[in-house]
Amino acid sequence: MTDLARPPATTPARTHPPTRVRAGRLGAGVAVGVLAAAVAACLLAPLLWPLDQSAVDLARTRLAPSPDHLAGTDDLGRDVALRSLYGLRVSLLVGAVAAGVATVVGGLVGAVAGTLGGRLDRALMRVVDTVAALPHLLLGIFVVAMLRPGLGAVIASIGLTHWLSTARIVRSELLSLRTRPFVDAAISGGASRTRVLTRHLLPHVLPRLALATTLMVPHAVWHETALSFLGLGLPPHLASIGNMINDGQRSLLTGAWWASIVPGLLLVAVTLALAVLTGRWRDRLDPRVRAELHL
Amino acid sequence: MTVTTDDTVHGAAAGGLAARRVTVAYGRQRVLDRVDLHIAPGETVGLRGLSGSGKSTLARVLALLHAPDSGHVTIDGHPVGGARHRLPAALRTRVAILFQSPRSATDPRLSLADLIAEPLRATGASRDQASARTADLADLVGLTPDLLARRPHAVSDGQLQRACLARALVHRPDYLLCDEATAMLDASTQAHVAAVVTDYQRRSSAGVLLITHDPALMSRWATRVVDLPTP
Repeated sequence: MTDLARPPATTPARTHPPTRVRAGRLGAGVAVGVLAAAVAACLLAPLLWPLDQSAVDLARTRLAPSPDHLAGTDDLGRDVALRSLYGLRVSLLVGAVAAGVATVVGGLVGAVAGTLGGRLDRALMRVVDTVAALPHLLLGIFVVAMLRPGLGAVIASIGLTHWLSTARIVRSELLSLRTRPFVDAAISGGASRTRVLTRHLLPHVLPRLALATTLMVPHAVWHETALSFLGLGLPPHLASIGNMINDGQRSLLTGAWWASIVPGLLLVAVTLALAVLTGRWRDRLDPRVRAELHL
Repeated sequence: MTVTTDDTVHGAAAGGLAARRVTVAYGRQRVLDRVDLHIAPGETVGLRGLSGSGKSTLARVLALLHAPDSGHVTIDGHPVGGARHRLPAALRTRVAILFQSPRSATDPRLSLADLIAEPLRATGASRDQASARTADLADLVGLTPDLLARRPHAVSDGQLQRACLARALVHRPDYLLCDEATAMLDASTQAHVAAVVTDYQRRSSAGVLLITHDPALMSRWATRVVDLPTP
């Protein structure tokens, strides 16, 4: 009996976390490193590297990687490493902005559907279902084709095709929150509809929304790359990962593999790192999912 | 067949909170079928019924949180109708409700002080007014300033239910609906919550609806007991 009443004299020795947790931490560390290096390189390259990324030098085409050109040169004699960094810069910018646009559109649609409910909710969700039924790359190509080519068209194309999941997330979160007794208590206390939404509902949705946005950045980057690869994205003279892979494939048969492999690998490394980090964030936000992952 | 749970409803004077021939269905499942209930100012009506007989639904209808499918709620003889959001705040705040689980009835992001002050802030009170009233109520329900600064996850169920009680009383409601409000509490907290409610009732002659499965509490507190039939 007394054993129960007394707190344990010593705290038990700290055990090592399970292998899976340690692997997860290592993965996150690597991801942080990769991302930090990529972002730093993107930001610093124009300052530290005196070469011009679009300078054509026909005397030095398809040079293999060397100390002068770390990743070789492409079929117009441009430095692949430097252009990859410029391309990544554009891709990340487009990805982040497009994910933001998609979040705003999806968040608004989801919030309206989730709070007002009724016929409007049903109508909006049918629109979501209809758009979701179309292949989104096809829809994205349609959007780009309708607009003047350039950065804006690419962002619109991604933003207008990627908002569906965000709308669904926000709506379902709101629907489940709305029936919670604390919302009843707020209404019973005299809170207006707007106050319930802004003070009691949206703050609970925001972490989810932020997570959805971040999860969307790699998607958006890939979408931009796909569009550029198809020649529908950024104009060919601007460095973008998609443009570079497309340009580089012409050199593949001559043996100059670096012109498309290097930008491709860079893209894979950065988007994987982003996905690893957001995946960990999601696990932290939702312990139930984490429990499932550890099973 | 008309189910009349509460005979006093027909002879009742204009005063009081009443449900008249209230029917509520969830889908095809009818939870309340033409139920009558009347709570006069100052009295404590006990409401009994088997699980699933619609006690909580009736409380939500009376608290103006759920619009009945047919029938209506009257306050002092005036029928109140429409969706919960469209009712004026001044009307909604006349009826307060205390839920069984304080855990789900509180916004986990707010400190206990903010929880208690929230109804005041929502209806336009200044920060100073709200905090003064919060301090008074916290004192009444027995919450120390240290507890007031904490968030719901850092306090016990009993402490949280005290905060919910303070929040329910913040607008000085004319009617207080206790939906199994003491079921999860230990004996001493239960006694304290009951004492605070009866004291408030004596001073303000508020009407109280008491839903409980505890026969002792029911017989000690309720001035009248109504049985809700299973539909």
